[in-house]
Amino acid sequence: MTADKASRTALTEVLDEAAMGRTVARMAAEILERDGDSLMLVGIHTRGIPLADRLARALGEATGREVPVGRLDITLYRDDVGPWRPAHQQPVLKKTVLPDSIDDQVIYLVDDVLFTGRTIRAALDTLADWGRPTAVRLAVLIDRGHRELPIAADVVGKALDTTRDEDVQVRLTEVDGEDGVWIGREADNGG
Amino acid sequence: MVVESATALARKDVVGISQLDAGEIQLILDTAEELLDVAKRPIKKVPTLRGSTVVNLFMEPSTRTRFSFEVAEKRLSADTLNFSASGSSVSKGETLFDTAQNLMAMAPDFIVIRHPNSGAPHRLAQEVPASIINAGDGINEHPTQALLDAFTMRQHFGSLEGLKVVVAGDIRHSRVARSNAFLLDKMGAEVRFVAPASLLPLEVEELGVSTFLRLEPALEDADVVMMLRIQLERQKRVNFPSMREYFDFFALTPERLKLAADRAVVLHPGPMNRGVEIDSLVADGSQSLILEQVTNGVAVRMAILYLLAGGPSEAASDS
Repeated sequence: MTADKASRTALTEVLDEAAMGRTVARMAAEILERDGDSLMLVGIHTRGIPLADRLARALGEATGREVPVGRLDITLYRDDVGPWRPAHQQPVLKKTVLPDSIDDQVIYLVDDVLFTGRTIRAALDTLADWGRPTAVRLAVLIDRGHRELPIAADVVGKALDTTRDEDVQVRLTEVDGEDGVWIGREADNGG
Repeated sequence: MVVESATALARKDVVGISQLDAGEIQLILDTAEELLDVAKRPIKKVPTLRGSTVVNLFMEPSTRTRFSFEVAEKRLSADTLNFSASGSSVSKGETLFDTAQNLMAMAPDFIVIRHPNSGAPHRLAQEVPASIINAGDGINEHPTQALLDAFTMRQHFGSLEGLKVVVAGDIRHSRVARSNAFLLDKMGAEVRFVAPASLLPLEVEELGVSTFLRLEPALEDADVVMMLRIQLERQKRVNFPSMREYFDFFALTPERLKLAADRAVVLHPGPMNRGVEIDSLVADGSQSLILEQVTNGVAVRMAILYLLAGGPSEAASDS
């Protein structure tokens, strides 16, 4: 985010470091209760990846078994990439790495924020080209509403009541150097 | 020299390496690296260019480049139309411009063009709104070949910087040699051209390469040896006494390859003339990356299609 934008945006912290730790632990417990430890966690670039790693650590500590973790780049399946994109500014591609075949596995897609649902639609299409899982579930740290597609999360860290133009910022130590969730509201002009 | 990858390929066309900067070349190679994985998946296709149309306009014979582009286009889900010189209205006397106007009536998003005249893709790029990708023009450039060669070298050695690259053979008639010289110079590699004097280009000084009239001295410490085909179709007269003599002086044999660095690898853009510029023992040997080049060519062409997709940027249309 640019300094210019930061100065115009008032940030309110909705989840601090300790609360985020508790939230991730609770999400891991919900996953365990629902599907046991026979599953694969698949983080979506960028912040879904450290979240998937954290969930895997929590699951590993609880069960003593290592849970496989993959990472998914959905760029080639996005609905705003390709001939519809207005300029030669295609997103940079990242690696998709799945530790094992996804056939006949329970897959948990992991992402930081669930908003329109378009990212998850692309992730589902990506997974379908890699195999045929028994089930695909969705775990997100924040559900902020405003879906544009019929998609719902199975495990939600925190549901936030937001307006469409509010900015939800999830920051994770592995990517951003700190843990926490903030909501940014556009400050009134001149106010 | 550390080359930072560009954030975008903010241009309509890729007509030559000479127009690209090092950051753009790096971006194409990085993107190709990720796209290489598409071929390793159960379903070797992504929907990215769904609804896009690509015309493959090949006014000169080509098998591997045309197939490579076609596979790249199909792996990205684009629709492809193939148009070749024989059996088309070109053989009935239609000009390139008229052909292009007619093709534009079918609203393609990309035109991949191979043409016997140097500069034809450049000319076409100015005439039509579609993105033009040069698949080889006369004796000018073959940018996607140089990019796949660079990709193969980088994949093997980790970086292009400081590599000593020998390019040997029919340099004068080779657009591959020219594009490679431009690219390797921009990326910090050293290029050595080897050819009989009759097959060295006239403007060799401008390309920033060193030249050798014999293969042996050029091979010393070389990391990459790229052998080129004798292009009989582009020679108005024979520039050397016989194929046999060419083999004796310029062919890459196992004995000659020993003069290069121990880690040296062998490249050839194909098609090979075994027993003319390259010995079969080298072509099929453990140091040969010739088949990797073919695999990598698809990924590099996918990367260019992906990066060029979409309408022209505002910045570009202002200029």
